[in-house]
Formats: sequence, C-alpha cells, structure tokens
Amino acid sequence: MKVMAQMSMVMNLDKCIGCHTCSVTCKQAWTNRTGMEYVWFNNVETRPGLGYPRTYQDQEKWQGGWKLTKRGRLTLKAGGRWKKLASIFFNPKLPDIHDYYEPWTYEYDMLLNAPAQEHTPVAKPKSLLTGKDMKISWSANWDDDLGGSTATMQQDPVLQHMSSHVAEELEKTFMFYLPRICEHCLNPSCVASCPSGAMYKRAEDGIVLVDQDQCRGWRMCVTGCPYKKVYFNHKTGKAEKCTLCYPRIEVGLPTVCSETCVGRLRYLGLVLYDADRVGEAAATEDEQDLLAAQRSVLLDPHDPEVVAAARREGIPDDWIDAAQRSPVWRLISDYEVALPLHPEYRTLPMVWYIPPLSPVVDVVTSSGNDGEDGRTLFAAISQLRIPLDYLAGLFTAGDTAPVERVLRRLAAMRSFMRDVNLGREPVEETASAVGMTGDEVQEMYRLLAIAKYEERYVIPTAHAEVADDLEEMACSLDFEGGPGMGGQGMDGAGPFGSSSGQPTPVAVENFHALSSRQTADSPYGPSTPGRVNLLNWDGNGRPDGLFPPDEPGSDAPREAS
Amino acid sequence: MELSAAEILLWIVVPYACLTTFVVGTIWRYRYDKFGWTTRSSELYEKRLLRLGSPLFHFGLLAVIAGHFVGLVIPESWTHAVGVTEAAYHFLATWLGTLGALLLVSGLVILVYRRRSTGPVFLATTRTDKFMYVMLAASILSGTWATVHTQILAGGFGYDYRQTISPWFRSLFLLQPEPALMVGVPLAFAVHVTLAMLLFAVWPFTRLVHAFSAPVTYPLRPYIVYRSRDAATGGGTRAPRPGWEPSTARRKQR
Repeated sequence: MKVMAQMSMVMNLDKCIGCHTCSVTCKQAWTNRTGMEYVWFNNVETRPGLGYPRTYQDQEKWQGGWKLTKRGRLTLKAGGRWKKLASIFFNPKLPDIHDYYEPWTYEYDMLLNAPAQEHTPVAKPKSLLTGKDMKISWSANWDDDLGGSTATMQQDPVLQHMSSHVAEELEKTFMFYLPRICEHCLNPSCVASCPSGAMYKRAEDGIVLVDQDQCRGWRMCVTGCPYKKVYFNHKTGKAEKCTLCYPRIEVGLPTVCSETCVGRLRYLGLVLYDADRVGEAAATEDEQDLLAAQRSVLLDPHDPEVVAAARREGIPDDWIDAAQRSPVWRLISDYEVALPLHPEYRTLPMVWYIPPLSPVVDVVTSSGNDGEDGRTLFAAISQLRIPLDYLAGLFTAGDTAPVERVLRRLAAMRSFMRDVNLGREPVEETASAVGMTGDEVQEMYRLLAIAKYEERYVIPTAHAEVADDLEEMACSLDFEGGPGMGGQGMDGAGPFGSSSGQPTPVAVENFHALSSRQTADSPYGPSTPGRVNLLNWDGNGRPDGLFPPDEPGSDAPREAS
Repeated sequence: MELSAAEILLWIVVPYACLTTFVVGTIWRYRYDKFGWTTRSSELYEKRLLRLGSPLFHFGLLAVIAGHFVGLVIPESWTHAVGVTEAAYHFLATWLGTLGALLLVSGLVILVYRRRSTGPVFLATTRTDKFMYVMLAASILSGTWATVHTQILAGGFGYDYRQTISPWFRSLFLLQPEPALMVGVPLAFAVHVTLAMLLFAVWPFTRLVHAFSAPVTYPLRPYIVYRSRDAATGGGTRAPRPGWEPSTARRKQR
C-alpha cells in the first residue's frame, strides 16, 4: 500500500443555478490573456446539450482517455507511445478552434468615435484571430438553458446512447447544469500522452500541472484528456490547464470557482488513496464496475493502518487530520451520494458530483402531488426512467442503480427534514429505507444544505518548509526586465517575440495588464492612444490623459482637492 | 595550392563561425528561453492543409537528413569496403535523395502557401519566422537544384561530392580543415553549402530549435509522471535571497 493524498472536489448539482459566476471569476483570474480567449478552465454546461468543446464526450470521435487492449491491459485510446511519435507532425484527433468557438470582441471604440450621424453607431463583432468582421455562431455556452436546443440537442453524445424516443421527451421534462473543471484524475491520460514529460501529477496533493518550461507544444495532452480540459495557448504555443488554483490551495484558500460560487455547491477536501492500486482499478473490465473500483482505491482516513501507512509515506499529521475531516470523503464514502463524471474514461477522475434530485421534485410538484413526501418521491424516482438513464450516462457508465440509490437518499433527506422543520416527529423509517439513521441524515443535511464555509472547505496548507517557494506572492517589481528595473515588462517582447524569455511573475504581469487595459479599448490597438477607458480604470493613480494638463501658473495643489 | 582570401573565408572562417554560433546560441537559448522553446503550432487554426503539408515536409526532411548523413559522414572507402559499387551508390543516393527532396519541397510549398493564405496563421507569423522561412527555403531549394543539376542532368555518375565536399566537411570536425578540397566545387553545391551554414547560424534564434525537442525518450518512461512540489517549483522565478541581505529594490526603483 502506497498512500498518497489527493485534493479533490465534489459539486452538489441540486444547488447549481447556472449563473456562471465560477466561470467568469476563473476566467478573470487565469485566462484573460491573448492566446487564451477561447479557454474556460471552468465552464458550466446545460445538460442535455453539446458541452464545450462541442460533443467532447464522444470518445469514438475524439479518442480521449484510456481503453483496454484485447489482453485486458490499459492503453491510451488515441494510440500508445509509438503511434503518438508517428503522428507527432500532425495530431489527427485535435479539436480545432471552431470546435470550441472563434473568440471575438466588439468594436467598442466605434461607439465613442463615430461622427454625428442619423443612425446610432454599432459595435460590430471582430474576430480575435483575424481582426476581421465575423458572424458569431457559437460560443462556450451557446445552448445555455437549452437555447436553440431543438437544432443541436440531438447531437448530445450522452443522449445518442439513449433511444431517440426518450431523447425527444427529455427536453420537456429535464434540464440541469453541469459545472466542469479539470478532474485532476488519479490516472491522468493527459499526463500519459505528453511526449515531453512536461505534465505531471504533484506528489503532495495530486494536482495535475503543466511545466511551462518543458512543454514543447505537441498538443497530445489535448487529445488525451477525454474531458478536453487541457487547452492549447495559441499565442505561446504551450498547453495550459486548470491548476486547481494551487497558489490558493497551498495557503489554505479554496479555489476561485469555489470561493465565488453563489450556490455554495462546491466542496474541497483531501482524500487518501492507494497509488499502487490505481492501475489495477482503471483496468477493471466491466465499465459499470469502475465506480466501485475507484471507491475501493480511496482509503479510509480513520483506519489506523491507513494512518500508519500515510505517516510512513511522509504525509504530515495535519494533512491526515484534514483527510479525516474531509467533506469530500464523507460525501463519497460515508453518505455515498457523490459520483464521478464519466468513470468509463478510466482516468479515475477526482471531481465528483451529487446528481440533481430537483428535476424529479419539479415533475412531481407540477403533477399536483406532494414533492416533499418520501413515498411519492421514491415512486417517482423509479418511474422517471428518462432522467435516471441520462444521469447514469454521465456518472455511472449507464448503470442506473447507483444513481437511483443517491436520488433516494436525497429524497429521504428532503422528506425527513421537512418533518423536523415542521416540528413533527421525524419518521425514522424514511432514513432506514435508504440505509441511513436519522442522525446521519441530519448530519448530511447540515453538510449539504447549511454548508458552512469551514465544513465545505477543509484545506491543509502547504508546509512552512517550502515557504520560500511561495516567495513570488511577495514579489517586488525589481526582477530583471521588470518595471522596477525600467525593463519592458509584459508588452516588451523578448528577442523571439512576446512569449519568449524568462517567465514574468504574476504580480508584474497584472501590473502591466492593468495599465495597458486602462488605455486600450480594443486588442488590435486603440484608435485613440493615450485615452483612458473609464470602464476598466481601477481608480488608482493618475493615468495620462485622464485629467487636463495643469495650467501654467496655477499653484493650487490638485491632490488636496 | 594558393587559396584566395574569399576561399579561406568561405571554407574555414564561415563554417567555424556558423558552427560556433549554432552551438553556443543553442545553449544560450536553452538556458535563457525555455518558455519560448516551442514551434507554436497553428493546428488549432487550420487542419486541412496541415494534415497533408506537415507530415510530407517532416518525413521528407528526415529522409534528406539521413541521406546527408550517409553522404557526408561515411567515407567513400567504407561503402566500397562493404561492396557498394559507385554505380549502386549513385543510383540510390540520387533517386532516394530526389524522392526525399520531392516530399520535402512539396511539403514546404503547401506549408508556405497555408501560412500566407490562412488569416490567423499569417497573423501568428513573426518577423523571425518569415526570415527563417526564407533561409530554410533557400537551403532546401538550392540543395534540390544541386542534386538535379549535377547528378541527374549531368549524366554518368554525376558529380562525386564524396571526393571533395564530404572529406572537407569531416575535416572541419577533425579540426584539420582542408579548404583546398572545396576549390572547383560546382557552383550549385557551393551555394547550397554556404546557405546551409548560414541556416545553422540562425537556427538557435528561430523556432527551428524545436527539432532538438524530438521526444525520443517518451517510449522509455512510465505513463504517469509524478513530481514533488519542492522539485517542481525550485525557487520561483528567481533564486531566493537570504533574509539578511539588504534589499536594493527601492533605491533602484527611484
């Protein structure tokens, strides 16, 4: 047994309102750069729908993840090492930009600078790839809230595994949101696909990262990831991906997407797992047994043997303690309400989901029945095959039994807690019908519904021994080429173009991004250089051109006013 | 034989200068610019032409490189010793070389056309890239012309560069340069050799460095890579300073 720790996430889909706050804050923090316009480390998809990039779940087409060979051995679906090398000059399974969407901006400058005329000036959309006018026809969430879904929904790869009759009925009855980030898999196929060895899984916390200095831009990771959560920065020619906000995690803060989640539906915590058994679990023959196999790889942090083995591997005591208090462990293994997304890809993903009960409740309520009554809900869950089949297509490789079990637990909790809240005697049988006790139901309710910040996020900090690695957080601007040294900074190109040379510390990059955004309206050069865009001005300093120049002879100090 | 200044310059000074730039430049670039060490793939923008052009070009190039290795590095006496006749050598070298050149040039034409005609790809082309394309195309086209002109059109066994260019090339690496061998080499070859030397001189400063990243060790490593945080982050983007060193940051900023 080789115990390793994995920082992982659970999302409670019942509480997702599809507001995209997580996507937007993530983008502001990580991907608001040239070359990354089309990239969403976090995106929220409406299900049923095509997803982002379009139909990424269709692995017959995109060949992501792992497959079993005839002899039962695990190999990359897109082809093993030699095939990768043979196709290194052209990656045949790479999505192109139109499978994501062509990024654009608007000609905002026109609104300000158009001459007086009869008609209101318009800001035309401009492609960020060509700088030319473009017609917007797709984006990261084009089919949001099933918009336009009659035209596209039939292409949903999950639906295509179901019967066509069912698919038609589905839209009328069922819709929910699926927020997605990188899965930080236990058996990451992107890492396995990287010819340069630039991608790695961090030994301490299992976060999957790209070494930007070692990445050579072969793009095999994009193909390898079945969730299409590794992206190619077309400006720098390097792969980039969700980092699980590791600079925040290291100091005990939740990721940006979790922190800003309005519905408070994300949980972050450690799980301990047996690294020796990962390969064996991923090679489980029957796809529908992969869920159980993955659960068996995770180790009970309360088991004294596991604790002893963890100590032997050098996992610090406060991390073991955090693993014991982990909400993720509780949701996955104590309450068994969380399920992995597409276990059939055999990557052992570590962002799990609690499937949504609310669509079922909605159907029951709209039919005039009591949507909070346990017995009615149980009956409805078993009868509403359509949502069950769809959820099983997402979370259990098509096996409806585990999904049904989860939904029954959620229904039982709903019914049980209504009695508690109405001051009635709660019915213990409701809890025991789903294999729980009343106390357990109340604890689960506290974790899922009350969802206190400290209970949602149990994040042990990185250790003080590595504190000097975090030095960049206190970075002054005086490094070579930085603004403190009078260097060119972010816009200043290295000798081989803007992406060459030493990496720019984040603090310096932000400093330059801010000052250039204050004076630029469009990415292809402001037509009025030196003007300040008030929308982006942060209120600090006195950018040139914001105030009229000092009048000569005026001795009234401006600052004092 | 008395050598002119131009000949000494061309066949001793320039080769060593280019070779030095190539080696030192590559080491410098690797140490200074690991982040920029990539070929900035444009596959995301356009796939149809690339699917054809890139493999044609690169596999053609591999064939041509192999041919150059045999022609330049392996002495004529060795191939004779293992029983390869001059006729057989000439036949193989000329026709395999021409086939490689055909793949290479057609790939190059497709790639250059694609780069110029596809909007996003052209916009992503830097000045260095354009310069590199000119140098690369010049080397390839002059080499192709040299082969066609002196080997195919000339008839017979063609020009035997293994008596002149190859020993001169080897003499450079033995640090006993023999420029006299290059006197009287056909113009097409002289031009090709000179252009190729210049190409190697600019090599480290262009995207051509991606050639050194050929992932030959990939089949040898385990699929999943683990790295410790300590090793991965090293010391951030600059070496951590000891706490007691007086900071000079503020003075420099003023």
